[in-house]
Amino acid sequence: MEGVKKDLEGELEELRETYNCGKTKEETWRRSQLKALLNLLKEKEDDIFKALKQDLGKHQAEAYRDEIGTLVKSVDYALANLKKWMSSKKAGLPLAVFPSTAELVPEPLGLVLIISSWNLPFGLSIEPLIGAIAAGNVVVIKPSELAPACASILATSIHTYLDNRGVKVIQGGISVGQQLLQHKWDKIFFTGSAHVGRIVLSAAIKHLTPVTLELGGKCPAVVDSLSSTWDKEIAAKRIISAKFGTCAGQACIGIDYILAEKRFTSNLVELLKLYTKKMFGENPKETNSIARIINKTNFLRLKNLLEEPMVKTSIVHGGSLDEDNLFIEPTILVDPPLNSTLMTEEIFGPLLPIITVDKIEESIDFIKSRPKALAIYAFTCNETLKGRLISETSSGSVTFNDTIVQYAADSLPFGGVGGSGFGRYHGKFSFDTFTHEKAVLKRIDLLFDIWFRYPPWNDKKLMLLKSAYKFDYLGLLLKALGLKKS
Amino acid sequence: MLEERERDIIKALHKDLSKPEFEAFISEISMTKGSCKLAIKELNHWMRPQKAKTSMATFPSSAEILSEPLGVVLIISTWNYPFLLSLEPVIGALAAGNAVVLKPSEIAPASSSVLKELLEEYVDNSALRVIEGAVTETSALLEQKWDKIFYTGSGRVGRIVMVAAAKHLTPVILELGGKCPVVVDSNVNLPVAAKRIIAGKWGCNNGQTCIAPDYLITTKAFAPKLIDALRYELLEFFGENPMESEDISRIVNLYHFTRLTKLMDEDKVSDKVVLGGQRNENRLKISPTILLDVPEDSLIMKEEIFGPLLPILTVENLEDSFAVINSRSKPLAAYCFTNNEEVKKDFVRNISAGGMLINDTIVHLTVSTLPFGGVGESGMGSYHGKFSFDAFSHKKAVLYRTLQGETYPRFPPYTAGKLGLLRALLGGNTFHIILSLIRWLKD
Repeated sequence: MEGVKKDLEGELEELRETYNCGKTKEETWRRSQLKALLNLLKEKEDDIFKALKQDLGKHQAEAYRDEIGTLVKSVDYALANLKKWMSSKKAGLPLAVFPSTAELVPEPLGLVLIISSWNLPFGLSIEPLIGAIAAGNVVVIKPSELAPACASILATSIHTYLDNRGVKVIQGGISVGQQLLQHKWDKIFFTGSAHVGRIVLSAAIKHLTPVTLELGGKCPAVVDSLSSTWDKEIAAKRIISAKFGTCAGQACIGIDYILAEKRFTSNLVELLKLYTKKMFGENPKETNSIARIINKTNFLRLKNLLEEPMVKTSIVHGGSLDEDNLFIEPTILVDPPLNSTLMTEEIFGPLLPIITVDKIEESIDFIKSRPKALAIYAFTCNETLKGRLISETSSGSVTFNDTIVQYAADSLPFGGVGGSGFGRYHGKFSFDTFTHEKAVLKRIDLLFDIWFRYPPWNDKKLMLLKSAYKFDYLGLLLKALGLKKS
Repeated sequence: MLEERERDIIKALHKDLSKPEFEAFISEISMTKGSCKLAIKELNHWMRPQKAKTSMATFPSSAEILSEPLGVVLIISTWNYPFLLSLEPVIGALAAGNAVVLKPSEIAPASSSVLKELLEEYVDNSALRVIEGAVTETSALLEQKWDKIFYTGSGRVGRIVMVAAAKHLTPVILELGGKCPVVVDSNVNLPVAAKRIIAGKWGCNNGQTCIAPDYLITTKAFAPKLIDALRYELLEFFGENPMESEDISRIVNLYHFTRLTKLMDEDKVSDKVVLGGQRNENRLKISPTILLDVPEDSLIMKEEIFGPLLPILTVENLEDSFAVINSRSKPLAAYCFTNNEEVKKDFVRNISAGGMLINDTIVHLTVSTLPFGGVGESGMGSYHGKFSFDAFSHKKAVLYRTLQGETYPRFPPYTAGKLGLLRALLGGNTFHIILSLIRWLKD
């Protein structure tokens, strides 16, 4: 243990030295690292696919769509915008401090820690890494030990492709995580559960380290009673793909549960069953197109959700479990008890409850009475409903008529509010999250000075100051010349 | 409220801090009025949703970013600028649509009580409450669940606030302090520089300001000239007997008075006093005091001074000052007086601080287009102007897609053709997209 601790300190010392010598502040370094990431993603693609298959049973297409492909897009975006992001921005200047120049100078924070989760082990490590590097920081990534093959590939490939003195991957379990948290960081970026989020936040207090927490929550999908067949088909496809086709529901922005009108529910259930079969086959376990449950602990957790009284009886599709292969069949339920664990905790698995309401507008109160989620989805053509959902509920984000894709939008901030976390990233928001925007005001040296700024105070000076603060320059001039009394 | 009750505010500030009327007017009333007016003028603009560009990855779609209030927020303010530091964040919180609880500092009791009385009279009571009190009341408040906590004060209490916030995963803004250094080059308009240093140090609540110049750094060669200039201007500002001047605030209470005298009287520090050093415990007054070359490990160089003591450290060459500053934690503000463009550039590039100001002190606080906040030990988050509105807002991302239009090849069952098309779409290259589309359709 002592040996591990010493090694860790040595690694962090090396990173700090690299930062202090100023190398990472240079645009050339940042660009070279981002380009190296691109090469890593292209050349190590097969290794990444293999690791994701091993840890999570992810299909190549899902792995590309959700992790590699999105990362390539994000690195390209960062490279295209790096110069712009790094440059100082002029700030508008009020007359009170004329003549001066004011600008915002972005500077790196220093040594940052990125703790990522197991469900998108590459995506959730590298997406923030892009921002941290673009902003000029030195970085430690602590990937999740629950996806060990991915953690290992991440470590070896980053070691090979990137500047080892500036970016390190430190693998390990809880004790390594705890040791890391004892150190002084200039920023911690955490993706994971609220429970561990609190531990991270508590550790950050000692050094007043700013933190970004990307947590989860129960993301609802409000599904309005759609009339056109085409609309219903598209909606069903998007729902099924999001729920079962994205890490088997183990995604922070996956649909947790659906809200639908009673009169539409049986139609909706039929469509969902139909598309589940179409997309994943009659026997989903055999088609290799759905990910596995990450480990036994989570498998048993999900199993227990289904075994609560009245939950089992609400299953309308699926429900079969294979403990040896950590596989759970895509499962749909209608109106499980609202006080069941299934309906009070984040599901994070391939179980899709549908809660029925009399009128779709009731979903608004339903959502409002629960903690703020990372995302709210709504499938509807009703503009009034859209407006009400936006203004009466709060969530990290809202997406209409689709799911998950907001993750790929570079211009939209990705982050939570309330119980789903704080802080945000993606696109320029990633750069900003690892940046200190330093305010710099430069006064132009005057030959004279505004003498009434200084004590000793008298009524005349106060009068002049009051005029100056009102930008009443004519009045100021007249009063100074004694031609006007206040 | 600020206009009609100006006199009540000035009286309270005089009672709590012996703050001169003119200081009270400039630093508290006028600044706050300005912020209010700005918020009223810009509110519509701030509240408007921002359109966001969308890319191939989500085509076709439209997107925007909406500002929404966080909910019920807690603002804990401090005693040195009790009105400014309470009302400035309150303006932001209300503009952003939140309900607010304000906890003013008990160390400025007259101001705390006037704030409560005035705010209850002038502002909607159902949305803004003022809760007075000390440690007990603050601890009770911190046990509640807030949607945001905004704290101005010391790093020690800042940590206590963070501990309480962590329980409910509440985001916080901490406006703390630090030792704000002033680098003084010999290439400078000395009388103006001296005036501005004095105004920033002793003219702002007698050094009890989070962005007051804490200590000066200059070259060994220039130090005597600098001290002479300061001595001369101090005489102009406060007269022969500054202890009697009405134009300077007193020390807020006995605790801080004792703390400051201890800093001055420490062994190896007390003999470095080159000006001032007088004190009067009954009236809680300490005269403007300058010290030269105190030891770097003395208490006065370890903690934030927050009072009328100004140490001057000397170095061989001006560039050496950067290492001196960087060996300490990042301050809320850093100042540099110079006419040399290279020095200005190096200063900005090599020093990290919440904010920086060249050739003046303090006034960057008044620029509402600049964010005001710390970094590292000096705090997290920022405010002023639109930054205040943003500090108390959640920026919600909204993406609009339709149920019409081509479905994206992202659904199972997965085929090689689909994967190819996905690659092309995420890669963003139109030619590849067309090629892959053709290949997929052939499938």
